[in-house]
Amino acid sequence: MNAKASSRNDLYLILGFIVAVALGPIIMTPFGGYPDLLQKFAIFGIFAIGFNILFGLTGYLSFGHAAFLGAGSYAAVWCFKLVGMNVLPAIISAMIVGGLFSALIGFVSLRRSGIYFSILTLAFAQMCYNLAYSVLGQPGMNLTNGETGLQLKLDDPRYFGESASESGTIPPTSMFGIEMKQIHEFDLFGMTVQVSNGYFVCALFVILAFYVSMRIFRSPFGMMLRAVKTNQNRMSYTGLNTRPYALAAFVISGMYAGLAGGLMSAMDPLAGAERMQWTASGEVVLMTILGGAGTLIGPIIGAGVIKYLENIFSSFNDQVMTGFFDFLPDWLGSAMVWITSPFVGEGWHLTLGVIFMLIVIFLPGGLMEGFARIGRLFRGSRKRGEGAADAPRVPAE
Amino acid sequence: MTILTVRNINKRFGGLKALNEVNLTIEEGTVHAIIGPNGAGKSTLLNCFIGRLEPDTGTVEFNGTSLLGLKPHQINQAGVSRVFQTPEIFGELTLLENVMIPAFAKRDGAFTLNAWGPVRGERSLMERAMEMLNDVGLAKKANDVSGQLSRGDKRRLELAMCLVQEPKLLLLDEPTAGMARADTNNTIDLLKEIAGRGITMVVIEHDMHVVFSLAQKISVLAQGTVIAEDLPQNIKGNPKVQEAYLGGAHL
Repeated sequence: MNAKASSRNDLYLILGFIVAVALGPIIMTPFGGYPDLLQKFAIFGIFAIGFNILFGLTGYLSFGHAAFLGAGSYAAVWCFKLVGMNVLPAIISAMIVGGLFSALIGFVSLRRSGIYFSILTLAFAQMCYNLAYSVLGQPGMNLTNGETGLQLKLDDPRYFGESASESGTIPPTSMFGIEMKQIHEFDLFGMTVQVSNGYFVCALFVILAFYVSMRIFRSPFGMMLRAVKTNQNRMSYTGLNTRPYALAAFVISGMYAGLAGGLMSAMDPLAGAERMQWTASGEVVLMTILGGAGTLIGPIIGAGVIKYLENIFSSFNDQVMTGFFDFLPDWLGSAMVWITSPFVGEGWHLTLGVIFMLIVIFLPGGLMEGFARIGRLFRGSRKRGEGAADAPRVPAE
Repeated sequence: MTILTVRNINKRFGGLKALNEVNLTIEEGTVHAIIGPNGAGKSTLLNCFIGRLEPDTGTVEFNGTSLLGLKPHQINQAGVSRVFQTPEIFGELTLLENVMIPAFAKRDGAFTLNAWGPVRGERSLMERAMEMLNDVGLAKKANDVSGQLSRGDKRRLELAMCLVQEPKLLLLDEPTAGMARADTNNTIDLLKEIAGRGITMVVIEHDMHVVFSLAQKISVLAQGTVIAEDLPQNIKGNPKVQEAYLGGAHL
């Protein structure tokens, strides 16, 4: 049958993904890519891949996933404080903490479905945010350092590492001696490509995350998750207990979020409560829908697009816009600046809103649907004569 | 041998007595029809078998174990499958996936974290699902999305989903409701073929044509009580049944 063909396609997909991630720094250099931005792509890519396992497959729309990301980044910073500056234990503990939080919140929230589930997750995430922001930032039991955010100090014990480096500073995060923040530069095709060690770590994890998600999508478990989305009633009369399936998906996506949070702290060892805020939860929903919920690569593309546009638009200001409209007559130029300036800089979310609206209205399946339509257009014009028999639909990809 | 025993079931919805001291025994390997006028309590009774409703009093025993208090998935795992009045299928999935899901449920139980190996590696299960689709005449559409099927085809798919589990008892709630005549006849033929495999069936049905083509035994329910239980040829002549259907008292 087509089993061989589809397993070959999967192989191409993962190889293509590895190549894209490996060449990322080079590809992005002409477009203003720099190490921090690339790390963000990978980290939010992981966050969105995980969110997609829950939302894309089971249809449960969580508005609280930032809580797991935040919990993961606090856990990682605590690991840097208590254990040492190696990022591996920090990332692992971030995943565990993300998983524990999601097991707890998921267990309660999954008693309801639809909008009630969304509201429950939102409420729990806001509780976590407030705990982190104020309650757990009090002197008595200071886990989060409240408003300021959790930071490393020189007198942190780091029982399995050193509290301070020889030069008397806080040691940098590293993986077996390789410093995350260290940047390598090389020249290629006349441009200077910068890449940090941290990016390689993020790249490794995003590839792993993608591979695991692909296995889940293709597995019987993934099929059950899609069954949860489609018809829970039929599922239970078919002898399947729906709730553990949904909970497993919730915990897996919570661990992905924890991993993303851990990587954030590994790249920059501090954690703040704002990572848990509902806007952060909303952002991963946008990424997933923008890219294409339920597709394998859509969410990563969504994450990349949003983070890239954020980087571009939020750096613009009135001056840049004035330069941009220089070619127009003075009055028209200043009018254009007046119109566009609310959409850039601080107001870049306005642009994001417009883009999101356009996508949801015209491409409800996200960017992946757009790509599929373009692909069909080309294929259609090529074999119009053959009576274009539709290829058997490969689900969820 | 008796496969399902229902004793003294009562069910009240507010002031309405939906089921009143219902007793029923289903023999293994037979097709047992439950008929009755609208509102007689047929669907309520069926819902009491499968854990959707809890009767106020009474017992439901399947193969010697009580079904009361069990969750729907546990009842299915015990060997009871159900076909709904409006076909319940996984509309966003392909036909093949629709049939593979119950096959997995039968093999792996109510929950397994089978998240690493691909579905396409499950050769024997896939072949078995294809076999079932072939039996109900849908093999050609195996890779289509099931939501686009016609009503009759959805019913066939639902039957394939039940059959792949080799249920000990198959409950059918108006299996031909809303179908065109041709579809109805096809479905009757299919159900006869299934009955020939020795699967016990309980059929709730309005359509007498369907009932008399299939049933080996008929129970008549009226106003929440079983008023007659007999062989098909004797039911037609039963005065109580005629009264229930024609409202005899007022004629």
